[in-house]
Amino acid sequence: MEDAGPSVAVENLVKRFGDFTAVDHVSFAAARGEIMGFLGPNGAGKSTIIRMLCGLLRPTEGRAFVAGLDVAQEAETVRQRIGYMSQKFSLYNDLSVVENLRFFGGMYGVKGAELRQQSEWAVELAGLRGHEGGITGELSSAWKQRLALGCAVLHHPPILFLDEPTSGVDPISRRQFWELIHQMAASGVTVFVSTHYMDEAEYCHRLALIHRGRLVALGTPTELKRHALRGGLLLVECAPLGEALEVLAQAPGVLEVAVFGNALHVVVHEVAPAIDALPRLLIARGLGCTRIEAIMPSLEDIFVQQIGAQAARAEAVS
Amino acid sequence: MTWYRTVAVGRKEFIQIWRDPRSLMIALFMPIMQMALIGYGVSLDIKHIPVCAFDRESSQESQALLKRFQASEYFNVLRVVDTYRAVAEGVDAGACKLAIVIPSDFSERLRDSSGTTVQAIVDGTDDNSANVAIGYAQAVVSGYSNDVQLDWMRRQGLGQQATVPLRVESRVWFNEDLQSKAFIIPGVVALVMALIGALLSSLTIAREWERGTMEQLISTPVTASEIMVGKLLPYFLIGLVDAALCVTIAVFWFAVPFRGTLGTLLFTTTLFLAVVLGVGYIISVLTRSQLGASQIALIVTLLPTTLLGGFSFPIDQMPAAVRMITYIVYGRYYVSILKAIFLKGAGLSALAPSVLALALYAALIAVLATRAFRKTLD
Repeated sequence: MEDAGPSVAVENLVKRFGDFTAVDHVSFAAARGEIMGFLGPNGAGKSTIIRMLCGLLRPTEGRAFVAGLDVAQEAETVRQRIGYMSQKFSLYNDLSVVENLRFFGGMYGVKGAELRQQSEWAVELAGLRGHEGGITGELSSAWKQRLALGCAVLHHPPILFLDEPTSGVDPISRRQFWELIHQMAASGVTVFVSTHYMDEAEYCHRLALIHRGRLVALGTPTELKRHALRGGLLLVECAPLGEALEVLAQAPGVLEVAVFGNALHVVVHEVAPAIDALPRLLIARGLGCTRIEAIMPSLEDIFVQQIGAQAARAEAVS
Repeated sequence: MTWYRTVAVGRKEFIQIWRDPRSLMIALFMPIMQMALIGYGVSLDIKHIPVCAFDRESSQESQALLKRFQASEYFNVLRVVDTYRAVAEGVDAGACKLAIVIPSDFSERLRDSSGTTVQAIVDGTDDNSANVAIGYAQAVVSGYSNDVQLDWMRRQGLGQQATVPLRVESRVWFNEDLQSKAFIIPGVVALVMALIGALLSSLTIAREWERGTMEQLISTPVTASEIMVGKLLPYFLIGLVDAALCVTIAVFWFAVPFRGTLGTLLFTTTLFLAVVLGVGYIISVLTRSQLGASQIALIVTLLPTTLLGGFSFPIDQMPAAVRMITYIVYGRYYVSILKAIFLKGAGLSALAPSVLALALYAALIAVLATRAFRKTLD
């Protein structure tokens, strides 16, 4: 394994389907052992990026290097060095657990005693001991996901692409799944994960926020939170929410207001004066304010704010 | 291409067929059913033609002639009528395909040897049956005529010399009893093999797309030719089992003689299966849907093979332009090969032109099939 250079590097990647631009000039790089998350709503282009990196779709423009190889030129060599779990469960439902493992082992050229050993390891990893002979279609979705992961890593690929691996899986199984991902990253595997669960994004080393085919922001979760917001974030509990939102949006020093559950998230230039001024403003208007405090922004805040900023930039250009 | 990936694909495919009742039905029961249905359905032998007789004389001689019709296995004298109108009605209604009208001076003119005629009215809507019926009727009548003549000569005291001076002694080779089923059944075997092979393999790639398993499969380093060979391997084995089933039914149920060697049969069947499975595979790659692929496979194999494969209509009698087209119908080579193996016991050297044509076809299909499949979602 060549340690020099990034494990995956992408330069100005573009994918168009007819008139529709699914991926729009995306560039990034990931180092060995890094867990990189693609965060974004459905249809943002996360799957398309992953499929291009796996050589399943040809980029319209730009280049992608995986394990130092140009994917467009050496797709087959790349495939030997990656593991891929597609968004939709796509193992063979009519095969048993072991038959699926043997089959994908065979596809990756794992054979004989090594194949048996690796299948055992994958069964252990996926927690499927005792279900080896079970028909895959009859497993719960959490088990199916873990089996799919087992099949994707049988050949110990240095790079792993997981496209929404935890969709439709219960929260506890999702946690266990992420523990597996962290174990693998710790052993030097570069992992790419796409998700639209904000809480999962926190588990990633680095995040790429993707919206409408564009890379909106890139950084560690902490970096994103620290730099993305200018000023600070306040949580304001007040009633009624709608009127309070209108009042606060007009208030001096307030950059943005958004509803979050039964409270408001208010982005302000400076935290201290705002904590002092905003409750007085609300009370003066005859609205109740029960609580106001500075909070650490969540990734959802960042995402909403970044997408808003992008829309503003797009408007300014046009 | 590596053997372990090819074998892994083949093993997986085999397990899937084994666990899918629909595939198993197509693979094992369809050939048996088709052999029975087509085997019985397309018999061209004409026997027991319904006859209606209008005997205007009712003499010993006219009755003797009608008895000869009744005695022949080709005719079945259903009704004896006594008006011309009844004859017309019988033929109009389709109750009789042939009507025999014996004149009222039949016996008299036979005796004074001035010669007489018997009228045969034939339903010509099915020209093939009509021709055959006329031929058989002529044979019955001329047999009777000969006997009457010999009888007359003997009575004239010409007893010993009374022989017919010239006649043809025909001897039929290969299908001694001139049974159409001996000619048809080997063709049915070819048709069934063409159908089953294309149907089964037309499902393979389409099934992966429909079930959503293709994406995972093509994300692995497996190559297009490994997928093709691996997937077709179990179907090839099933095809050989089907061939054995069909030949067994042909020989033991339809009593068609098998005079060739099993080696020749195996070799030519292998070539034919390569072509047929390859065609089904290409259809599967191009359509990506199981229903669409199986329907296209049905049309692509059934129509050309039945119409242009020499299965029912002899290729030699087709117009030159149509005959040229039959050369691209791969079924025709296997139809003629099977007929020759079954009836003539032909070996590979006698079959060389057809075998070569099939081999070329197999090579061409293999090249096309390997190129057809691309490992991409684009």
